[in-house]
Amino acid sequence: MLLSVVLFLPLVFAAILALWPQKSTIRHLALGFSLIEFLASLAILRNFDANSAALQMVEQYAWVPRFGISYFIGIDGISLMLIMLTTFLTPIIILGSWTSIADRVKGFHVALFVLQTAMMGSFLAMDAVLFYVFWELSLVPMYFIVGIWGGARRIYATIKFFIYTMAGSVLMLLAIIFLMRLTPEVTGGSISASLLDFYKLQIPFVAGEFFTAQTLLFFAFALAFAIKVPLFPLHTWLPDAHVEAPTPGSVVLAGVMLKMGTFCYLRWVIPLFPEAAEHFAWFFVALGVIGIVYGALVAMVQPDVKKLVAYSSVSHMGYVILGIFVMNQYGVNGALYQMLNHGISTGALFLLIGMIYERTHSRMIAKYGGLASALPVFTIMFIIVTMSSIAVPLTNGFIGEFLILMGSFQYSPMAAGISVLGVILGAAYMLWMVKRVFFGPKGEIVTHAEEDKEHALHDLSVREWVVMTPLIILIFWMGIFPNHFMDYSKKSVDHLISNKHNYTLEVK
Amino acid sequence: MSHQALIAILLLSPFVGFLLNGLRYRSQNYVLAGSIATGAVFVSFICSVMLMMDLIAAPADQRRLTANFFEWIAVGGFKVNAGFVVDQISSIMILIITGVGSLIHLFSIGYMHHDKGVTKYFAYLNLFVFNMLILVLGDSLLTMFVGWEGVGLCSYLLIGFWFSDAAKAAAGMKAFITNRVGDAAFIIGMFILFFSFGTLNMYELNALAPTTVEASWLGAATLGTLMLFIGATGKSAQVPLYVWLPDAMAGPTPVSALIHAATMVTAGVYMIVRLNPMFVAAPNTMMIVAIVGAITAVMAATIGLTQYDIKKILAYSTVSQLGYMFLAVGVGAFGAGMMHLMTHAFFKALMFLGSGSVIHAMEGEQDTRLMGGLKKYLPITHFTFLMGWLAIIGFPLFSGFFSKDEILWQSFASPRGSVFLWVAGAIGATLTAFYMTRLMALTFWGKSRVPKEVHPHESPVIMTIPLIVLAILSVVGGFIGVPHLIGEYLGHIPNYWAEWLAPVIKTLPEAAAPHTATQEWALMTTSVTLALISAFVAYRIYTSGKGTNEAIAKAFGPVYNVVNNKYFVDEAYFGGIINPLVKQSQNLWMYIDVNFIDKTTHVISDMTKGAGSLARSFQTGNMQQYAMYIGLGVVVVLTFVLMR
Repeated sequence: MLLSVVLFLPLVFAAILALWPQKSTIRHLALGFSLIEFLASLAILRNFDANSAALQMVEQYAWVPRFGISYFIGIDGISLMLIMLTTFLTPIIILGSWTSIADRVKGFHVALFVLQTAMMGSFLAMDAVLFYVFWELSLVPMYFIVGIWGGARRIYATIKFFIYTMAGSVLMLLAIIFLMRLTPEVTGGSISASLLDFYKLQIPFVAGEFFTAQTLLFFAFALAFAIKVPLFPLHTWLPDAHVEAPTPGSVVLAGVMLKMGTFCYLRWVIPLFPEAAEHFAWFFVALGVIGIVYGALVAMVQPDVKKLVAYSSVSHMGYVILGIFVMNQYGVNGALYQMLNHGISTGALFLLIGMIYERTHSRMIAKYGGLASALPVFTIMFIIVTMSSIAVPLTNGFIGEFLILMGSFQYSPMAAGISVLGVILGAAYMLWMVKRVFFGPKGEIVTHAEEDKEHALHDLSVREWVVMTPLIILIFWMGIFPNHFMDYSKKSVDHLISNKHNYTLEVK
Repeated sequence: MSHQALIAILLLSPFVGFLLNGLRYRSQNYVLAGSIATGAVFVSFICSVMLMMDLIAAPADQRRLTANFFEWIAVGGFKVNAGFVVDQISSIMILIITGVGSLIHLFSIGYMHHDKGVTKYFAYLNLFVFNMLILVLGDSLLTMFVGWEGVGLCSYLLIGFWFSDAAKAAAGMKAFITNRVGDAAFIIGMFILFFSFGTLNMYELNALAPTTVEASWLGAATLGTLMLFIGATGKSAQVPLYVWLPDAMAGPTPVSALIHAATMVTAGVYMIVRLNPMFVAAPNTMMIVAIVGAITAVMAATIGLTQYDIKKILAYSTVSQLGYMFLAVGVGAFGAGMMHLMTHAFFKALMFLGSGSVIHAMEGEQDTRLMGGLKKYLPITHFTFLMGWLAIIGFPLFSGFFSKDEILWQSFASPRGSVFLWVAGAIGATLTAFYMTRLMALTFWGKSRVPKEVHPHESPVIMTIPLIVLAILSVVGGFIGVPHLIGEYLGHIPNYWAEWLAPVIKTLPEAAAPHTATQEWALMTTSVTLALISAFVAYRIYTSGKGTNEAIAKAFGPVYNVVNNKYFVDEAYFGGIINPLVKQSQNLWMYIDVNFIDKTTHVISDMTKGAGSLARSFQTGNMQQYAMYIGLGVVVVLTFVLMR
């Protein structure tokens, strides 16, 4: 019951907000709701048994019995921390958009809560059709968030985002239907959409032949998820979407939505198509490695801070894909950790960029310079988050990146040798940006603000402190005591790696 | 007190100092900030002394105090603890870091008192000490790496301390990114060692080191140590990654003394000594280490000859002296390398602080061409600097003499040494004597070239006390490790240093070729004589005022030009790597992302749209058109049916 409550509470909140008559209290109400949701998710954490790889808190009710479709949800170590990430980020997003979202406040918060349910649904769903519904549902609120509250080219960006993702989903839907048609083999005659039944399928695989069932199904799923991640060369929708999205949109997108893609490799692709995944692992490893280096290089030459961070996401998500497809303990544990890290540090970077954009209405690096003397606290926060982003030890980023590199070294020293370039390039693009924005002589914006008293730059407000503090705490907490977080997922990851050829989840 | 508690206090005291100052970073109360920071490091110094006494009291084979605080990372077979060890090697390091560190903190109170960011400065300085202590005490390569990157971060923050100056901010960034190049190799080195030996704990690694030396270049120990050494060339400013250190002089002078002379830059040497059994098993790596050290020692010394900025001369000198330490550990003289690390920490910290005192007196001027004759205005600074000068040029019985002499002898006599390495070392020593004498002459001796509006004055007591203490250490510090030969001659002074380190130093498996005492005396006399002659020549040239750069440029022609431009290494990096990389990245973005991927997407979407428009033309809503389609359809169907 608890899992369903956490899953649908945001939807209920969205309905209440939609009917709420008083415009002035919408934000407060939404913040309160998101905190309640976070507390509810803490109850999941408390009841979760970290010593088991089983699917826990399972709920299953028939939905369309004729086709074996059910409302079937459950949680394991792989999805747990992503649920926590979602519920943790939502209040921060609401508080972070307190002043930046000025009109249609109600609509915005309704969209945000619908999105929350949709994203959590795709992490929790254990039924293919249910999963597909949540997966597609998540597109709709995001479409509105970018399309209504976005920047000048928002319509172009939002259509690009929508169509890219849809193109992948269509193939996935076909693949799901195909899999459902196979299920009678394992259920004794009746059709089923349950992922657990899918796991039992032995889908024929012939190495070296592309047109076999398993290979085609593998690519249908893998493509849909690769677009979401996004994996090079399917990444170009992301910089556009980020640049046009309002700050909270960027935070959700980078913080949680991209992880839907990487998570699904662990939940769907590898256990369903283990032979194909192993056979084509080199291909995904290669794309991950290219993504790491390519994203970093292109990030380096971006004139817009937000676009720079967007390309850095391509690089960071390249690490995650690399970690997943080397399919060893170091790689997968590191990848899972890196998903959380990226959500926190890139989310924090987008929030910080949003704060400065609200003050100056510019994101052009060339117009900045000397910001550190005008906004010292903001600068310190930005540098701390930068350190997390470039994986300095004792911040969360290091643990993930190091484990992924270690896993990739075990898979192929050459892959590690190339992707370790990301360690150097990451420092280069971030610190070069920090230097041009914060250090050096005062740039156009700072000089202007000093001359014009009305537009003087103010350092962080109390609200912004409250927004940033939990993120900063987590950056160090996760860097110094990774076991506090990783212990929840180790069992499940272990189980996946050692049993991927006949993967199944015990139900508890 | 238990040694776990001592180690905890040792580590946390500077961290608490960092928090106390960091949280009130706006304050300009330099006395309070300085007292907190200096006190914090001094507490650590006391702890270090107590730990050292515990170690001395323990039997020689049990000198290892450990503290395991918690399990940091545990994934599969990979486990790393927040574990720290005080043993013969790290105890020396913590004494240097906290001892010399305390003096430099004290000096900073005087040096930085007028700076608006003084509290922030002390916070960073304490954070640095904290990270440096983690670096030397960490019991595994990964805990060492935490400090390794942490000190890099502090170095970045302190070099760019006066960030409003674009050049200074750029210097900080350059330091961090250059170090990252080394760090990337260090990470790969850790992977090689972990997957070959199954652990990153340095004691376990040392125990597992191959007992037979690896002849192959592809052995695990060889490749692993080679990668770690590349990491060391970044942190310890060796060829080819030394380029950041001269620029790092943009930071406040006490920072140069602490980070870029006495402690952080020696981390690479320390790492090699720490892992000496692994390096001994990899003679190929050691050969590279020795060669890189010798090249760096000579190359940096030649650049030092042409510099006029007092701090730049000292910076190149540091690079060169670090080269000596690598030369030492590369030929297997780990004890001598550590010894030079310590004596160098004394005399180079002394000279950097001395240069700080000079810069303070000169109201910020660093160009030695505008100095001269400062001896009479700065008597204490001059005298203490003089002691440092005698130590670095290896004047007999000063601290640098013992350590440098031992390195030169070992570079020749060690089974892994060679006469070429000795020649390089001797040339380096000769050049060192020259440029250091030049520095002394240009700054303190000869006629004054100080501009009229500047009125040099001796620094306050809080700055001269550290100078005096360091001067004493620079003079007598060498007696703790008197080489056997000289010890015998002076009346049976034992080599305490070698005895202390013996249990943790692996001797080379190769048998040493027989060498006679005469040979040792001959080599020593040669190098000392060369250095003294060179110092005398420099003294004559630069006190007489003949040593202008025009005169020297004329005498040496294009050679001078190349050396004066630091062999154009920076230009080569920018022209050959950095600028093309930025340009090609621009191309990647424009040609792949914008012009290829997006264009392809647009072509597909245009095709879809085109298909849509075509379909739309059938659905105009025009009744007559529909009637026509129906008519046409009927004709087609009828034709089809009737033709059958």
